[in-house]
Amino acid sequence: MNLLLEAWTFILEHPARFGQALFTHVTLSAAALLTACAIAIPLGVYLADRARGALVAINAANIGRTLPSLAVLALVMPILGTGFAPSWFALTLLAIPPILINTVTAVREVDADVVDAARGMGMDAGEIIRKIKLPLALPVLFAGVRTAAVQVVSGAVLAAYIGGGGLGDFITAGIAMMAVPQLLVGAIPATLLSLGTDFLFGRIQRWLTPPGLRT
Amino acid sequence: MTWFLRNWDQVLLGLYEHIVISASALGISFVLAFAVGLWAARRESVFQAALAISGFLYTIPTLAFLALLIPVVGLGKTNAIVVMVCFSLLILIRNIATGIRGAPGEVVDAARGMGMSGTQVLWKVEVPLAMPVIVAGLRIAAVTVISVSVVAAYIGAGGLGTLIFNGIANDHAPKIWAGALTACALAVAVDLSLAAWERRLLRRTRG
Repeated sequence: MNLLLEAWTFILEHPARFGQALFTHVTLSAAALLTACAIAIPLGVYLADRARGALVAINAANIGRTLPSLAVLALVMPILGTGFAPSWFALTLLAIPPILINTVTAVREVDADVVDAARGMGMDAGEIIRKIKLPLALPVLFAGVRTAAVQVVSGAVLAAYIGGGGLGDFITAGIAMMAVPQLLVGAIPATLLSLGTDFLFGRIQRWLTPPGLRT
Repeated sequence: MTWFLRNWDQVLLGLYEHIVISASALGISFVLAFAVGLWAARRESVFQAALAISGFLYTIPTLAFLALLIPVVGLGKTNAIVVMVCFSLLILIRNIATGIRGAPGEVVDAARGMGMSGTQVLWKVEVPLAMPVIVAGLRIAAVTVISVSVVAAYIGAGGLGTLIFNGIANDHAPKIWAGALTACALAVAVDLSLAAWERRLLRRTRG
């Protein structure tokens, strides 16, 4: 309890530092997630109709998914250096696989009869993607975004090692000096942020799912 | 590359430590998970609780989890193993319970009709049928544990992460490469071999 109190006092004494770290953490995570969505969703929609392309993409993404987050961050450092941009790049790499896998799966699972009907009604390829495939694929697709979001927020803690800033800074400094309160200033908000992200994205996912399909 | 050739013994030692710590965590976790998994397979409330807690734990950032345990168990291998067991335990419980529950009711009935006892039904029917799902869980757990132990080097648990952190501290790229690439290779190798095992089991149970 005492430690928690000390951690709280630390935040009150250094509001600017804490605010800055929290801001960097959220910005870094959001930037990486948005970039990953911008890459993985169009790519997934494109590959879904191509059996071989989809297979290659899913296998590659599955391998990408097994790579340890810290190893990916560390591999980026010798090439791009330290700071915000390399962390952004590495976290984007980490976020792409779950989004890509779910996009490809979701789009492939759209009922072929529905697509045929849409074509029969005179829709062109672009309309079929926008009005039929994407809306129907959305719940599963978004589940991938949710997984990626949690992974990015967790991964952003590790970005402190390559100078990306964020809440991980307090943890690494706390461990280095064995200052437990300071370490908690990083660890507790990072955990809450991660749980909050999962909860928030879970809510959005539910909202995106048509009422009849909710469990 | 030259650094790697000159210091392959360091990399090998890191790899060895990494495998030992990951395997011991996984072993502890599997024994515990099997016991709880059997219980969860029979009781809905235990199963639901395992699902909820595993979802919750899986969301906690690795480094934050390691840090949160420092006031409780301190630095070092114990801390790392506790975190690894927490992360993998619930994935394993979930899959063991799901697998055992997945055994078709008529098959279990038939086994009982043949005069098998409860234990015999479990070991000769339910567990063999659950194997593909159990191995699938083991695969996720193994990859998770390997990934956690890279980070755990920071709190003195040893392994390949040590090379990465030393490399970052001394700004020595070859060391980072050696640690990170070996860790990636280990994760991918374990994932692929467990996937192959899973496929073989699936073919057999589907017969």
